[in-house]
Amino acid sequence: MSDVVNDAQPLSGAPAPSRLATARLPRWAPLGIAVGAIVVGFGVGAAAGWKSHIQWGLLALFLFVAGSYAITARVEGRRQAKDRVATSLIWASFILAVIPLYSLVQTTISKGSKALDGTFLTHSMNNVLTIQPGGGVYHAIIGTLEQVAIATAIAAPIGILTAIYLVEYGVGRLARWVTFFVDVMTGVPSIVAGLFILSVWFEATGQAPHEGFAGSLALTILMLPVVVRSTEEMLKLVPNELREASLALGVPKWRTITKVVIPTAVGGITTGVMLAVARIAGESAPIALLVFGSDVINNNPFQGPQSSLPYYIYQQYTNGNDPSYNRAWSAALVLIAFVMILNALARAIARWKAPKTGR
Amino acid sequence: MTTTAPPPTAPPQKTRTVTRPGDRIFSGLSRGSGIFLLVVMAAIAIFLTYRAVQAISKDHGNFLTTFEWNASLNPPVFGVAVLAYGTVVSSIIAMLIAVPIAVGIALFITHYAPRRLGGPIAYVIDLLAAVPSIVYGLWGALFLVPHLRGLNLWLDKYFGWTYIFHKQDPNSAPRSLFTVGILLAIMILPIITNVSREVIRQVPRMHEEAALALGATRWEVIRLSVLPFARSGIISASMLGLGRALGETMAVATVLSASPQLSGHILDPLGGTFSQNIVAKFGEADEFGRDALIASGLVLFIITLLVNGAARIIIQRRKEYSGANA
Repeated sequence: MSDVVNDAQPLSGAPAPSRLATARLPRWAPLGIAVGAIVVGFGVGAAAGWKSHIQWGLLALFLFVAGSYAITARVEGRRQAKDRVATSLIWASFILAVIPLYSLVQTTISKGSKALDGTFLTHSMNNVLTIQPGGGVYHAIIGTLEQVAIATAIAAPIGILTAIYLVEYGVGRLARWVTFFVDVMTGVPSIVAGLFILSVWFEATGQAPHEGFAGSLALTILMLPVVVRSTEEMLKLVPNELREASLALGVPKWRTITKVVIPTAVGGITTGVMLAVARIAGESAPIALLVFGSDVINNNPFQGPQSSLPYYIYQQYTNGNDPSYNRAWSAALVLIAFVMILNALARAIARWKAPKTGR
Repeated sequence: MTTTAPPPTAPPQKTRTVTRPGDRIFSGLSRGSGIFLLVVMAAIAIFLTYRAVQAISKDHGNFLTTFEWNASLNPPVFGVAVLAYGTVVSSIIAMLIAVPIAVGIALFITHYAPRRLGGPIAYVIDLLAAVPSIVYGLWGALFLVPHLRGLNLWLDKYFGWTYIFHKQDPNSAPRSLFTVGILLAIMILPIITNVSREVIRQVPRMHEEAALALGATRWEVIRLSVLPFARSGIISASMLGLGRALGETMAVATVLSASPQLSGHILDPLGGTFSQNIVAKFGEADEFGRDALIASGLVLFIITLLVNGAARIIIQRRKEYSGANA
């Protein structure tokens, strides 16, 4: 606030048009400063013999920020100079963030495509030594699909009903508590959900769980709050006029909800559930505690250890040799593809079925 | 079906609403789901506490101040001091790196990027929020760790005098809390960016146009009208990211080389975090060892509960600024 006012003050005595006619840097100035900074930065870097090119880049970046501040401050004034610095810092933060994220995707694709073929997708690790190449993720895909399907079958109805309670019925203390704890539940770490199911299992059966179903229960806990929050948002978007029109025709409230409110919001609800599925499909910590992983195909989630894609990646990583690393990267690629396809589908549905609230 | 027909014989002076069985069942079901959710949360707290108390009562060390984790010894000695320290330090490093950059990206998307690019960039960052943590862990361990060796040496050489950047063995692999912090920062970047961007979008255009009309530069518009409006939203976004960083398991388990030492030198490969310790020790633990791990999980649960609860309360108190009702 202060410098806006202060900077304007000295001009009050000066002739009026001078403010609009202050000197401006030409449009190519940032580009020019950038080129200069890169030349000097790389020159100094090469002359000093720095091995890392990242250091060259950082020096150039520093020179660019300092240079544009100094030059702009001389020509246009301090406020404009600050603006330039802020602009370059914001651009820099964007570029800084893009580099690791790009590298992550690029590494996964280039390394993951090495071991990825038909055999990899249709075979398990049964009778494959960890130091051998070969083997596959079929058993892990089966495990992931079954565990996620069970979790969704439990979490989606309960989550949607909870959201309906909050939006359509919820008044008073209970609704406030549920809202608060849904938010808190969003932050429950996945490993804690796993430990919870573990301790329930100890109390109920006296032994540790070794089956996919236990993992599904932990995933259910992680999925519930996500489903509730997204469904809640979608139900709130349904215009009240629709509810009132239906109620005015004498339709009972529960029929209004099932026949008017939910069909209007169904696209958004589906999107929310699919995004939640995409999130829990990548969870490995509860699986590590509850399902234990297995090298063979086990189609029964209620008996015997299973595997899952994220846990498979972890196992292959801990094997610590090149064929295992290759398998880990390929499995990572499969998992990312699965999650991304779910995401893209969910967003497509959201766009296609968006409630038409406007006229 | 018969329940849907309005009762035709209702006397006109009676204005009380009629509750039909269908209505009662449906509202009961939905209320029941809400109560179920509360029961689950309570059950998590009760079961973890119950198992944890059994473990802690047999602990021959001090549960809060002991460094080692030897639950299989006789008598067992274990404590969470190193784990709590490692969890907090790595999360703080992650927050220090991620929050300014995430807010920068959010501002970039909303105010700086060419209009046509803003949408696709936001979409890509949305997608990156969905990358599973184990993939970040794999990338961190096999790609980031070797590439951070140079930065580690450089920090040790020029900033070793600050104590925190001193490295006892310059040649040790950078599987340290510092590297974990950087990886966590990359992981929580998308979520903080997404939430902050949503909040920044809610800033009334009038505020910005008023600032522009007063002759403010673009940065002054952001500092005077955008950031004050979005502050509590950005805080809650950061808290969400912090919650993720505190509980992150696999990415830490793959990157950190853990040891029961507590040190201010964040570049040294030592230390541990709650969830990393649970995954690392779980395989070899017997039933008592697992109870001990459950006890450490309880501490993590309480910490995340406090962070998330605090975030909620901050937003509730400043609801008029939170952007949710703008």
